[in-house]
This record gives sequence, structure tokens and C-alpha cells, in this order.
Amino acid sequence: MKSPVPIAPAAQSSVAEQKRGFAILDSERWLGPLLIGPAVIYIFLLVGVPFFMALYYSVSNTTTGGGTMGFVGLRNFTAVIGTPKFQTALKNTIVFGLISQAVILVLSNALALALQHEFPGRRLIRFLILLPWVAPISIGTIAWLWIFDSTYSVLNWMLRLAGLIHGQGYMWLGLPHLAMGSVIAVHVWRQLPLATVILLAGHSSIPQDIHDAAAVDGAGFWRHFFQITLPLILPISLVALLFGLIFTFTDMVIIYNLTRGGPFDTTQVLASLAFYTGIAGGDLAEGAAIALFLFPLLLAVALGFLIIAHRSEVT
Amino acid sequence: MIERIKIWGARSTRWGILGILTFFFAFPFVWMLITTFKQTSDLYDLKHNPFLFYEWPTFEHIHRLFYETLYGQWLINTAFVGVLVVLITLVLAVPAGYALTRLTGNWGAKLGIGIFLTYLVPPTLLFIPLSRVVVNLHLDDSLWSLVLIYPTFTVPFSAWLMMGFFKAIPKDVEEAAMIDGCSRLGAFVKVVVPISLSGILTVAIFSFTLVMQEFVYAVTFISSVRNMTVGVGVPTFLVHGDVYFWGSLMAGCFIASVPIAILYNFFVDRFIAGFTMGAVK
Repeated sequence: MKSPVPIAPAAQSSVAEQKRGFAILDSERWLGPLLIGPAVIYIFLLVGVPFFMALYYSVSNTTTGGGTMGFVGLRNFTAVIGTPKFQTALKNTIVFGLISQAVILVLSNALALALQHEFPGRRLIRFLILLPWVAPISIGTIAWLWIFDSTYSVLNWMLRLAGLIHGQGYMWLGLPHLAMGSVIAVHVWRQLPLATVILLAGHSSIPQDIHDAAAVDGAGFWRHFFQITLPLILPISLVALLFGLIFTFTDMVIIYNLTRGGPFDTTQVLASLAFYTGIAGGDLAEGAAIALFLFPLLLAVALGFLIIAHRSEVT
Repeated sequence: MIERIKIWGARSTRWGILGILTFFFAFPFVWMLITTFKQTSDLYDLKHNPFLFYEWPTFEHIHRLFYETLYGQWLINTAFVGVLVVLITLVLAVPAGYALTRLTGNWGAKLGIGIFLTYLVPPTLLFIPLSRVVVNLHLDDSLWSLVLIYPTFTVPFSAWLMMGFFKAIPKDVEEAAMIDGCSRLGAFVKVVVPISLSGILTVAIFSFTLVMQEFVYAVTFISSVRNMTVGVGVPTFLVHGDVYFWGSLMAGCFIASVPIAILYNFFVDRFIAGFTMGAVK
């Protein structure tokens, strides 16, 4: 049994609240899309549309000269896949990606562990470590071009000083396996900083209590690392790895500047081959087909990323 | 005793790792600096120790770089593109990042990941159709083509970073402003933006460095030497053109990389915070 008197103010206030609620809801209903709209439209026009253009080019006979855009089905793909140039590039892409990522994964963990605790000079060392990532990469590779120079290589000079080589020294970019090794080394040099910084963030997000508890229980360094630290930083190291894979599969700057795919295509990867075919060679259709060949790989990586993002949201 | 050996072992391993890798990372920059100031005859004498100066240091390489090549023009071009791209990026990405964190609820989170995924569609896939777009808009060989296209990678990345920063701001802050009579938009402009200023600055710096890093689009769209950015001009024109002076080349590399790196270093912690917040939480 409620008397009408106390109900009235309550009803009034709830109406007032509803009114205000509606006003906010109404405004937010358009405000959200309004704020996000320009970015979405821009991305749709300059990423979405070109992406479908690339899909279309890959099944057409487009060239840089313009001309006809006839539909040729999967002819570009079948034509491209059959060539030894493509097969070499595919193999090189995989070798380049796997080796560089494996090295980066090991070294970035070692570095993050070494940098984990405060010590004098830590900030300076971190700055020096970050340099290769921050400096424009096309410019960084020019420094390496000079380090690998066939006549004046400072690397050969240092190796000679250490007594490891005698006489002329190596042609770092001139011999097939050595060239691939050099390109991978430069890629590791460039990408390791980012992986290290991401892992450092992961390490510092682990509460100190957990480390202390493990120490009290008498866990040694390796046991501590594999049973405590590694599982906890696994999600974030996967993020670092996925980024690394994407950058690795799509990057051509290092190869363009250091070897131009040579010697004898032994450092040609899919990204650089797509560039040489599509832009330098003028065959947009075949270039698009080569570039698109990367897409399933990237999609798999992106899906992995989504799953991780989703999982860590749930937990 | 054993404990002491263990500690000593751990310490020397740590310094060993740090020493070797720091040398690996920093060496090219040290080598740039040494080469920049060495006289040509000293540089090309194979009997000399490359790390020592047998003749007086010289400014001739830097002088040649600025007076006999278009290096200065490339720096100006890069700054021009960088500033405009940063402005466009902020206008598009800051409101988008806010809407995605606060206004759009569940589908916003999905859209946010969708926008971020477009960052993963690489230039090496898009440069072929985009080269056609640029030609059709009559922007080929113009810096405006880069101003138009570069936000394709700065906007998704920046929106993602901004999401990370906005998530860290407690909701109460805006709610308090709105109770005081601000509209949602007013609360965003008057309250949220000012407290996110350091985050916005971080995004600006990182967008600028992304512009400096970019290579594929610049090398595809720009053909005349006068319109090149520094990242393309140095490797394509100075290395593969007629001028092939290592001293000037290394001076060009050093000037274009180290100052921006020092600036960047101040923001890197905030960058990582935003980056991992957007990704993990």
C-alpha cells in the first residue's frame, strides 16, 4: 500500500532522468558515428577500394600504360607461379622470415631480461638500442651498404684485426649465401629494438610478488624463466612476433637498397619482386598477383592477432 | 662462495649480452659519424686504421651535401609532408579513437580491431592500385600524393594508440563535466583532449617518424629529384646517381636519423604504454 504522495516525486525524477538519458542517448547516437565517420570513410576510400582494385588487377591484363582492363581469370597467377623467379622469391621470403624471426625472438628475450632491472647507464643503453628502429630504415641501410663495401669494408678490417680472415676479405653482398645472411642481419638490426621494447613492457607488467614467490620456493634461473616468466609474457611476445612477421613479409626497403634482389635473385623476396614487376617492369597485373600471393599469409597472421586480442580480453 | 660465483656469472653474462648487442645496434651510427668528418684521402687509404683520424677532420662532405646536392630541399620536402600528414592524422584519428573507446560500445571494439587490421594491409600490396589512383588525380610526381596517401598507415595506427590512451582515462572525468552541464562533445573537447595532450603529442611524433620511414610509396609516386623525400633521395639519387661520395652520404644519413631519434626517445615509454594497452587490455 503506497500513498500517492511519495510516488509523485519519484516518478517525476525518473521522467527527468529519462529525458536527460534520451538527450544523451540521442546525441551519442549521432556523435559516435560523426566522430568516427571521417576516419572510416578515408580508410574505405584509400585502403578498402585500392585493395579490391588490387584483387581486380590480379585477374586482368592491366599495365602502367593504362589501356584495356580485360578479364583474364587466374592467368596471371598461373603464369607467375610457374616462373623460377617467383619460386625462388617465395622460398627466399620463407627463409628470410623464419630465420630473422627466430633470431629476433631469442635475442629480444635475452635483451629484455638483461635490461629488466635498473642499473647505471640503462637509459643510455636503451637509447642506443632503439636507434636502428627510430632512424629511417632506408637511410640506415645505406650505412650498412658502406659497412659491407666491397673495397673499404670496415667489417673486413675488423675481422682482419681479430685475425679471423686474411687478405681481401669477404664480398658481403656479392655471394649468394653471404648476401642473404647480410640482409637478414640488417633486418634483425632494424627490428630487434621494437621486439625488445614490447617484451620489456611485458616483463615489467609481471608483479614482483610472483618473482619473489618463485625465488622463495627456490626456482633456478632457467626454471624460473620457463615456468614463470615465459608463460606470463607469452601473449605479448606473440603480439611482437605477429608484428615482426608482417613487417618481414611486406618489407622490401633493405633488399632494394642493399642487393636489389641480387646476386642472381638469391635475395629476391615476394615484396621486392612485386615492386620490380609491377612498377619498374610496368606490368601492374602480374605485380598485383605477386603482391596478393602474400595476402593469405598476412590474413593468417592477422587472425592469430585477433584471437590473442580476444583471449586476453576474456581473461 | 658458490652463490658469489653465480652472481658474478649472471652479471658478466648480462653485460656480455648488453655489450655485444649495443655495439651491433650503435655501430652503424658511430661509423656514419666518423666517415662524415674524415678527409677523402684518409677515408680511401687502405693502410689506415678506419677509426683513427690521420688528417684533420673536415666539413667538406657536409658542405658538398648542402651545396651540390638537393639534400636541403629533401629535408624541407620531408618536413612539409610530415607536418601536413600529422595534422590530417590528428583530425581523423583522435575523434575516432575517442568514439571507439567511449561511444560505440561493443561494435566499436570490433570496428577498432577492424581499423587496426587495415594497418596490416601493407604498402607492398596497395602501391600498385594507388599508383593508378595518384595518376588519375594528376598528383604523380607531386608531394601532395604523399600527403594524400600517407594517412592510410598513420590513421589506423594512431587511432589504435589513442584508444589505448583514452582507455586509461577514468570515465568519471567526463561524467563529472557532463553533470556540470557540458554536452558529451563539450566534455571531449574541453576535458578529455587537454588531459590527453601528452598522448596526442606522442601520436604526432610517431606519425612523423612513420612518414620519415616510408619508402615504397615515395619511390613509386615521386620521379623528379627535386620532389624526393630524404628517405628516398639519399639511397636512390646519392647512391645510384653520379654523386658517390661516402663522406657526404654518411653525413646525409646522420643528419636525417639521429636528431629525430633523440626526440623520439623522450616519448617511447608513452608509445609502448598506448601500444600495448590497445593490444592487450
